[in-house]
Amino acid sequence: MTANQPEISVERLSVNYGGHHALKNISFGFQRGQLIGIIGPNGAGKSTLIKAIMGLEKFAGKVEIFGKSIKQMRKKISYVPQRSSIDFDFPVIVEDVVLMGRYAFIPWYKKASFKDKQIAKDALEQVGMTEFAKRQIGQLSGGQQQRVFIARALAQQADVFFLDEPFVGIDATSENIIVDLLRQLQSEGKTIFVVHHDLSKVEKYFDHLLILNQELVGAGKVADVYKPEILSKAYKGSITLFDSNDNMMVVSN
Amino acid sequence: MQQIMTFIDQVSRYQYLQNALIAAILVGIICGVIGCFIILRGMALMGDAISHAVLPGIVIAYMIGASFFIGAVITGVLTALGIGYISQNSRIKDDSAIGILFTAAFALGVVLNSTLKGTSVNLWNILFGNVLGVSRTDLWITFGMGIFVIVMIILFYRPLLLSTFDPTMAKATGLPVKFIHYMLMLLLSLVTVASLQTVGIILVVAMLITPGATAYLLTDRLSIMLVLAAIFGVISGVVGLYYSVLFDVSSGSTIVLVASILFGLAFFFSPKQGVIWKALRSRVSAS
Repeated sequence: MTANQPEISVERLSVNYGGHHALKNISFGFQRGQLIGIIGPNGAGKSTLIKAIMGLEKFAGKVEIFGKSIKQMRKKISYVPQRSSIDFDFPVIVEDVVLMGRYAFIPWYKKASFKDKQIAKDALEQVGMTEFAKRQIGQLSGGQQQRVFIARALAQQADVFFLDEPFVGIDATSENIIVDLLRQLQSEGKTIFVVHHDLSKVEKYFDHLLILNQELVGAGKVADVYKPEILSKAYKGSITLFDSNDNMMVVSN
Repeated sequence: MQQIMTFIDQVSRYQYLQNALIAAILVGIICGVIGCFIILRGMALMGDAISHAVLPGIVIAYMIGASFFIGAVITGVLTALGIGYISQNSRIKDDSAIGILFTAAFALGVVLNSTLKGTSVNLWNILFGNVLGVSRTDLWITFGMGIFVIVMIILFYRPLLLSTFDPTMAKATGLPVKFIHYMLMLLLSLVTVASLQTVGIILVVAMLITPGATAYLLTDRLSIMLVLAAIFGVISGVVGLYYSVLFDVSSGSTIVLVASILFGLAFFFSPKQGVIWKALRSRVSAS
């Protein structure tokens, strides 16, 4: 049964903020090559969960990625922050942001090599933002900014990706480009976790889900867990479900 | 023109003026460069805090006969650590912690100084600077600190950029974000002490913030912002010193006024960010 051992496993993970449980006893496991949505209401601890997995929050429990601790795997992990956490007035242009994805690989006493710059350039090409390379990041639209940060994650050539609310406030073109990219990464065997707030399009975006409300309410294939009884348990009446046989409609209040 | 020639003539003749000029240039460069990071990290208040917090260190060093550079750096860094400790271990937020600790340190410095009676440190010179009293030894120390600060910034440019721009990603890739913060606080204390004689405690925050802010209005790249801030710092230092000699007023205030005028010009006339061009552009696009 070793083949079925999860390659990314989280066991009994809890996060405490001064006596208040942000996350309680979360356990799950996934194989590589999956596109996993993390959903749940506001304050469910979605961002906290990915930050804990990345080792940015103090937590109790155990996280293993390909059998190793997060500290040994840092370079294999890339992170796309929530757009609202970034200061878009910062004096930095698009190509500089993407090159940041290579920083972990450049020794501190050296300059960025031609190869690093080429990797950054290719990443920018992949998200269709090459023509904006010299723009200051604040001059881009929300979707374009999101694509730049995804290019930065691509430049890290990581195996595991964490994206925090990548679809918030972006245009349809950017959304399609990002979804296609995530699918492509998945087909290359990468594992992708996406924090997602909006319940619409969940089925379109993901094939696996983690449904969260401080505790883990459901984990598994979308078809198995994206169900009214599980969702209403997570959202505790803050949504209305319209269920008509195969079609389910969810409205958040 | 006549006055400028006289000034150049005086500088070539008097060593204390040469020392002052070199000190003003050095301080302009290092304050400008460190200031850029202070601005972008939203730590202007921290700069003010550390500059005030060096006072007790100077007085204590004077009491025990130690170098006041060392005393100043110690109390500067201790205050930075204290601010971090209070805001992380209570519900008091950063800005309040800063307000509590720097005033406490400053007050302690004033009290200690007044116990010295007669032989006390000349408070006026420390508060407002006395660039004409810069000795060769002071100059060498300032020079050494300046080189140290600039080498650190060049060597650790990438970690500084990343941890300033996106601290979460910086942490995720394994950068010691907290350590970088305290290193920057150490550099800030060094810069403050190096600037003491030129601009003084009260006005050093202006030399940290104003040239950097001026540069920020003129460019979209950090590397260029650092260079521009250093240039504006130097211009402020040299021109300020000139007016200080000409009108016989404290050098700190004239240097800061020149820096403020440069900022005013950039604020109104910067091609990208200037208020005037912005207004004109919106009028053109509206019509």
